[in-house]
Amino acid sequence: MTNSWTDIKNTDLVIIMGGNAAEAHPCGFKWVTEAKAQRGAKLIVVDPRFTRSASVADYYAPIRQGTDIAFLLGAIKYCIDNDKIQHDYVRAFTNAPYIVKEGFGYQDGLFTGYDEAKRDYDRSSWEYELGPDGYVQVDETLQHPRCVYQLLRKHVSAYTPEMVERICGTPKDKYLTVCKMIAETSARDKVMTSMYALGWTQHSKGSQNIRSMAMLQLLLGNIGLRGGGMNALRGHSNIQGLTDIGLMSNLIPGYLTLPTDKEVDFPTYMSTRGFKPLRPNQMSYWQNYRKFMVSFLKSMWGPAATAENDFAYQWLPKLDVPGYDMLRTFDMMHQGKVNGYFCQGFNPLLSLSNRGKVSQALSKLKFLVVMDPLQTETARFWKDEGVHNDVKPEDIQTEVFELPTTCFAEDEGSLVNSGRWLQWHWPGAEPPGEAKTDTWIMAQLFQRLRALYIKEGGAFPDPIVNLHWPYRVADDPQPDEMAREMNGYVVSTVTDPADPTKVLLEKGKQLDTFGQLRDDGSTACGCWIYSGCWTEKGNMMARRDTSDPANTGAYANWAFSWPANRRILYNRASADIDGKAWDPRRKLIEWNGTAWTGYDVPDIAPAAKPRDVGPFIMNPEGTARLFVRGMMKDGPFPAHYEPFESPVANVLAPKIRGNPAARIFKDDLAALGTSDKFPYAATSYRLTEHFHYWTKHVWVNAVLQPEFFVEISEQLAQEKTIQNGGWVKVSSNRGTVYAKAVVTKRIKPLICDGKTVHVVGIPLHWGFTGAARKGFGPNSLTPFVGDANIETPEFKAFLVNVEPSNGPATS
Amino acid sequence: MLQELSRRQFMKAAGAGLGGSAVAALGFGGAEEALAQAVRPFKLTGTTETRNTCPYCSVACGVIMYSLGDKSKNAHQAIVHIEGDPDHPTNRGTLCPKGSALLDFIHSETRTTTPQYRGPGEKAFRPIGWNEALDRIARLMKDDRDKNFIRTNQDGVTVNRWLTTGFLAASATTNETAFLTYKVVRSSGILAFDNQARV
Amino acid sequence: MAGLQSQDFARISATNFRPPDVRHDFEVAKLIDVSKCIGCKACQAACLEWNNLREEVGFNTGSYDNPHDLTPNTWTLMRFTEWENPQSGNLEWLIRKDGCMHCADPGCLKACPSPGAIVQYNNGIVDFVSENCIGCGYCVKGCPFNIPRISQADHKAYKCTLCSDRVSVGQAPACAKACPTGAIVFGTKQAMLTYAQTRITDLKSRGFENAGIYDPPGVGGTHVMYVLHHADQPQLYAGLPQNPRISQVVELWKGLTKYAGMAAVGFAAAFAFVHGIVARRNDVSRAEDREAEHLIDEEAARGRQT
Repeated sequence: MTNSWTDIKNTDLVIIMGGNAAEAHPCGFKWVTEAKAQRGAKLIVVDPRFTRSASVADYYAPIRQGTDIAFLLGAIKYCIDNDKIQHDYVRAFTNAPYIVKEGFGYQDGLFTGYDEAKRDYDRSSWEYELGPDGYVQVDETLQHPRCVYQLLRKHVSAYTPEMVERICGTPKDKYLTVCKMIAETSARDKVMTSMYALGWTQHSKGSQNIRSMAMLQLLLGNIGLRGGGMNALRGHSNIQGLTDIGLMSNLIPGYLTLPTDKEVDFPTYMSTRGFKPLRPNQMSYWQNYRKFMVSFLKSMWGPAATAENDFAYQWLPKLDVPGYDMLRTFDMMHQGKVNGYFCQGFNPLLSLSNRGKVSQALSKLKFLVVMDPLQTETARFWKDEGVHNDVKPEDIQTEVFELPTTCFAEDEGSLVNSGRWLQWHWPGAEPPGEAKTDTWIMAQLFQRLRALYIKEGGAFPDPIVNLHWPYRVADDPQPDEMAREMNGYVVSTVTDPADPTKVLLEKGKQLDTFGQLRDDGSTACGCWIYSGCWTEKGNMMARRDTSDPANTGAYANWAFSWPANRRILYNRASADIDGKAWDPRRKLIEWNGTAWTGYDVPDIAPAAKPRDVGPFIMNPEGTARLFVRGMMKDGPFPAHYEPFESPVANVLAPKIRGNPAARIFKDDLAALGTSDKFPYAATSYRLTEHFHYWTKHVWVNAVLQPEFFVEISEQLAQEKTIQNGGWVKVSSNRGTVYAKAVVTKRIKPLICDGKTVHVVGIPLHWGFTGAARKGFGPNSLTPFVGDANIETPEFKAFLVNVEPSNGPATS
Repeated sequence: MLQELSRRQFMKAAGAGLGGSAVAALGFGGAEEALAQAVRPFKLTGTTETRNTCPYCSVACGVIMYSLGDKSKNAHQAIVHIEGDPDHPTNRGTLCPKGSALLDFIHSETRTTTPQYRGPGEKAFRPIGWNEALDRIARLMKDDRDKNFIRTNQDGVTVNRWLTTGFLAASATTNETAFLTYKVVRSSGILAFDNQARV
Repeated sequence: MAGLQSQDFARISATNFRPPDVRHDFEVAKLIDVSKCIGCKACQAACLEWNNLREEVGFNTGSYDNPHDLTPNTWTLMRFTEWENPQSGNLEWLIRKDGCMHCADPGCLKACPSPGAIVQYNNGIVDFVSENCIGCGYCVKGCPFNIPRISQADHKAYKCTLCSDRVSVGQAPACAKACPTGAIVFGTKQAMLTYAQTRITDLKSRGFENAGIYDPPGVGGTHVMYVLHHADQPQLYAGLPQNPRISQVVELWKGLTKYAGMAAVGFAAAFAFVHGIVARRNDVSRAEDREAEHLIDEEAARGRQT
């Protein structure tokens, strides 16, 4: 989230699209109901289903899953055509005036540089035109035919309301009503917030779904303001934290990236991370990259990371592919190329696409280690559960360990919420039985592994035996110790170069902020964006001050918000080019002539003069990008592509299947189904009564939603003679499930390009362990393909067939 | 007659053991309060409160866990109730149907409580001691790493890849767990490292 | 809030005893704003959790209503109705939290033959006292909202207590505290009525011309009230009665105990009560039971038709 849950109360218009906040985040959704009740805000819901969010919306519009980009680019076109653009904001704070190099183009659904064999682009033409001074050429009048604004205008011209209706199935009148409501927030005193979640990410073009709305929000001037922003409603309690700390294939904590094979040494690695400003005076904050990186390496390898060995740069693994994400890893596992696997609180047998493939892949492992507070299906993938897990244990040679862990109630530490708040919690009970904390287990495993390497030697032991392990009890590190490491500390005293008697940073002290980091090894910092979370003042994440001056919803002294305790990202953009709030009632920070002051920590140097320094300090441009250069794999602008499995062809580019730049493995391509055999557009989702695959273990939640079901329209039920509450068989080209049918008015057939499209809704909470009834899930059906940029699987749009059935036992 | 009977029944219900005259003197007030308490005693009296955060979605509602025991040495804590933290700015005491039922998560019958092991081809888990399990896992890790570690690529560039073992990290563990996990996994050269951000 | 800690009785079942009205600071009420409700069932979960109730894990029968009805363990239940508004053409998902309405004039209490099994506190809460309950089921018949349920395990009647235990220490009922969107609020009845007006104004501004409060006069008003978008058609919300009232037979029954045949009726009830305790069988005179049930059924049927 650029903003926070409590900030939503400041909005005028909420658009829930690509998510279902009432269903999945009820207590956060409270701030929507507050905005409605207290300030008369309106709520729009756009969804294939009439959801719980829709049930309290002011306006609902249906959409076919997987067509959000067409809908949003159409909204951009509407705003441009009707002059509903916040012009001053767009001119000053976005790259709309920037001129793009000659040679960039878009035709028949493809941008310039496409290589069909590689399913990839040569992105060199997706670049700005630079002047002799090294800065981007601009046209403040926005008239230059190659300026971003004009290119965007041309790019969205295809998305007329009629075209949107053809693609999305959204009736034109409803679509125009939504566009009109959105467009009203281009006024300086009107703000819209976008609340989205997996409904946008879980597509083969998920990243571009989100970009589309971000672009719209920029054109309306809604980023950086109270009540505005792009608000990703993260699913799990600490998935924000785990991503911040870089627990992904290609990441280093704080959104630094692992080296690739091409970055043979540290200077080469740093040479691509210079982030030279693209406009005069810009902060381009990533210029500090080397400080973050060196301090990270110091936290990893402590005294063994020295200037002489480039701070142990060569001990990091290097990537030969963009990343070993889950899909790639399970594909490798399926090919027998993976021997060992650890699942720490993760249930991939149910969570990942194409369960059949996942089950076969797990069966090829030599060993599987599951650490979990609950008895997961993954830990029992080898167990014969009849129709619910039809495998032969005797044929599965995998050794499986199930290690019992604590749950939240028995452990201590911090979690990062969607709004980037780091909040500390305390244990209230002893772990049950022999359960242990995850930190204890990881430490025990590491101590054993290290001891083996010290004793026996082996493959390159250096990074293991030298791992910095400064904990009071080596076998059982405590949360405060890791929190202090992540915050960062002074390794060796730093003095003022002008006056060596003046100590700037004293050895052993906790850092106050990442502004103090050094690139010479004198500071260590595990995760630079968390710096400030545990300072010499103590644990800032445990703060519980509920004061909120002027009722902004910021709660600046509650817990700690990264970065630098900032509550609203890009808050500089809440004020105009001269530093005055766009809307005085929404004042956040303002320029007082010498400094930025207000209710939030300024997202800019406090003395950075307006008109000099742009608000988007992480970008070398200093502005936000409507055109993203070569940074996205699948295009500098979003474009409409159908899901890999779609009931209709791509109206704009009939030859293109799916996202042309998305990776798909050969077997998985062959396993895609087509609409002649699988005619219905399926989507998977969560229900409010359950959390993922956890709460089927919780008695009360099992009572509230006891049994697996799918939702279909009354029309489809009639067509297929399916009884409400009766059994149905749902199949895709990858698998079959049996479910109870909920026949509902909340799903209606859509007319897309003249064809009737039936939507089948498949919630995902059931399995074969726990208190709820045994059941199946959508991932027995879903395709094994991910987003072009970050490989989030396409769970939200795939094809199935539905037939009446007598249930799993007799069918 | 009925009135007399009722009075007696009422007194009995109140469980106050007061004589008729006392009741009359108190004008029923005290007895009624006693009845209310006798019928439904407030169950949190004397419990210990601990602040925590709901482990489910990223709204991160504040919760208060009420446990038996006052943290004295011989009293084992057991959580008997969980409710929203009214001081928390986001949830202000409210909880969704998952958060409201957190007690049943902690006390779920299908929680893991002891390390278990399943050998090749076996049809069931069997208990295993922590030491035995951890020793065995460490051995499996080392053998696999030693055998399959890629020190350099074809061009002779140091790459330090261990691709034959992977690690899926959780979505609800603390930052502190995450960082320790990061250090252990990354230092070993594992690249098949992912979390639940996508699914 | 001191008044909350002294819940004086207004009425006690099967007696004509009227406690002295020594403390009557205010009446409490729960207001359920259906227009804010997202049907998340947090109230149901909180109710089960607070009251240490555990319902059976059921089945899906083609609906989100789980369990499918109120039970001795499920004292509150979300009822989902999909309604296509003929005027706007829009689908509306009407979700109503069902449960005891805590009537000012409680039919259950009036019908109850067992002394002290149902009490009404002066703050308006109607509570069942299990120890005195004989499981006869008259409360079920007497209730115009079909709320109480008899447990097969102990043959006692159960329903929402409005968390009288929580209210007695100054806290809101568990459902109201949990409600994520503030669809359930709790306070004095007066405060709730005032607050409801602001909600109705907001709803009218959003095009719900018939938005209004549900506080039915036929039962003297209730201590659980609804804000409805379509207050002119309460029956849209899973059959919320248009004009609930206590059956005249129950009124008559009450009259009997109060003025006339108290020897016969009162004795029977008292006998049954004592008998129940001694013999551990909960039953009233079978003949009387049949007769009363018949009369009440008849009356109830008539009431529903009107």
